[in-house]
Amino acid sequence: MSQKVLLNSKEVNITLHRLACQLIENHDDFSETVLIGIQPRGKFLADRLAQILTEEYNIKDIQLGHLDITFFRDDFRRGDKPLEANTTIIDFIVENKNVVFIDDVLYTGRSIRSALTAIQSFGRPKDIELLTLIDRRFSRHLPIQPNYKGRQVDAIDNQKVKVKWIENEGEDAVYLVDK
Amino acid sequence: MSELSVNHLLGIKYLTKQDIDLIFETADQFKEVINRPIKKVPSLRDITIANLFFENSTRTKLSFELAEKRLSADVINFSASQSSVKKGETLIDTVNNILSMKVDMVVMRHPNPGAGVFLSKHVNASIINAGDGAHEHPTQALLDSYSIREKLGTVKGKNVVIVGDILHSRVALSNIYALQLQGANVMVCGPKTLLPKYIKDLGVKVETNLKKALEWCDVANMLRVQNERMDISYFPSTREYTQQFGVNKELLDSLDKEIVIMHPGPINRGVEITSDVADSKQAIILNQVENGVAVRMAVIYLLASKIKQ
Repeated sequence: MSQKVLLNSKEVNITLHRLACQLIENHDDFSETVLIGIQPRGKFLADRLAQILTEEYNIKDIQLGHLDITFFRDDFRRGDKPLEANTTIIDFIVENKNVVFIDDVLYTGRSIRSALTAIQSFGRPKDIELLTLIDRRFSRHLPIQPNYKGRQVDAIDNQKVKVKWIENEGEDAVYLVDK
Repeated sequence: MSELSVNHLLGIKYLTKQDIDLIFETADQFKEVINRPIKKVPSLRDITIANLFFENSTRTKLSFELAEKRLSADVINFSASQSSVKKGETLIDTVNNILSMKVDMVVMRHPNPGAGVFLSKHVNASIINAGDGAHEHPTQALLDSYSIREKLGTVKGKNVVIVGDILHSRVALSNIYALQLQGANVMVCGPKTLLPKYIKDLGVKVETNLKKALEWCDVANMLRVQNERMDISYFPSTREYTQQFGVNKELLDSLDKEIVIMHPGPINRGVEITSDVADSKQAIILNQVENGVAVRMAVIYLLASKIKQ
């Protein structure tokens, strides 16, 4: 199994800062905006962006949640193993807010489709945007595109984009892995 | 992620500790779901579930039905009192007729012990035992343990006494299996006539003095006196039973600790427990009801994930 580095630690850091700045341009003081990390792996990116926005750009009171989409996916009973549920923590109102979905890799778009359904259980947002660290373009099964993307990647089906975070895998990096 | 080691939930006896952990972890997520403004998820939209109740039930049936609907399953209900069972149809014929309507899962309550096991060998659907005679009531035991875990943080090492009619209680047997599997110490307490002879073989402590039992325990699970199952008199009078095995506020206050009071319902107020105990902060009876929906959603979800498309 071979792997190629798409983004190293320094490049990940620069990309995160750029994404944070893009969010500020559109959402100003975030008083009407909530950030939602899509479980399981989008939460690391969401947490990191919220940290950068708070600590380095002095944005106060960022509303950050984690949304689990397991029960809303369209591939229940299609895989070899049951889908593992994760924690949902959304302790604020999304009604009439600007919601920013945050996920590490946008591939087929099915996860985001599920997230769009799942978020309705918490209210009716004013609008919903999508931020993704990696956009695997040309792989979409659904008409879903990101509003903010860290890096666009052209990968074939038997390749996997793996995003690692210091919090759970000891390094910030993005790899293109041949399966 | 691991998956359940079984394709049916026939009894706690057939589960492993890992199965129970998995059910509880999944129930945690469903508990969050049922506290959302919109309490429904679409996971089981292609699954059809038949609730076959050959014996009366209110809360278990409602709890299962709510769990199924919150998972978006299609649900059909059947109760024996309004069916062809009255005309002499056999269990297998009844169920096979229902399964011909493309049912994936059967939730069954039946007055005969072993009915679920029997059915699982003869029909091609996932079976959930919602109570079979005086044998097992696994989802009740799971929600009881889940409620203890929620209240006390863990089940392991806790002292739990089950009080009342152990002889006729499927709740007691399933609870004993579930609590022991999770490392709790279990005691049963009741009139000698309502304690089965084999009970010590299950590795539980036996006590006939309620005060002593309550002093020993962290949790008291009060069982309902099942008048409908008593073909002979097992105790002289309800009044005498209440005096010896009923829990009231004075008795609880006389203990030097605060114990948790549980009851699977329906409560005979003033018999097993007095109203002031049932409505007190120590009682987690309504938590049990809420947790019942989440635990049943978890069981149905995990079993449905093993049904091949």
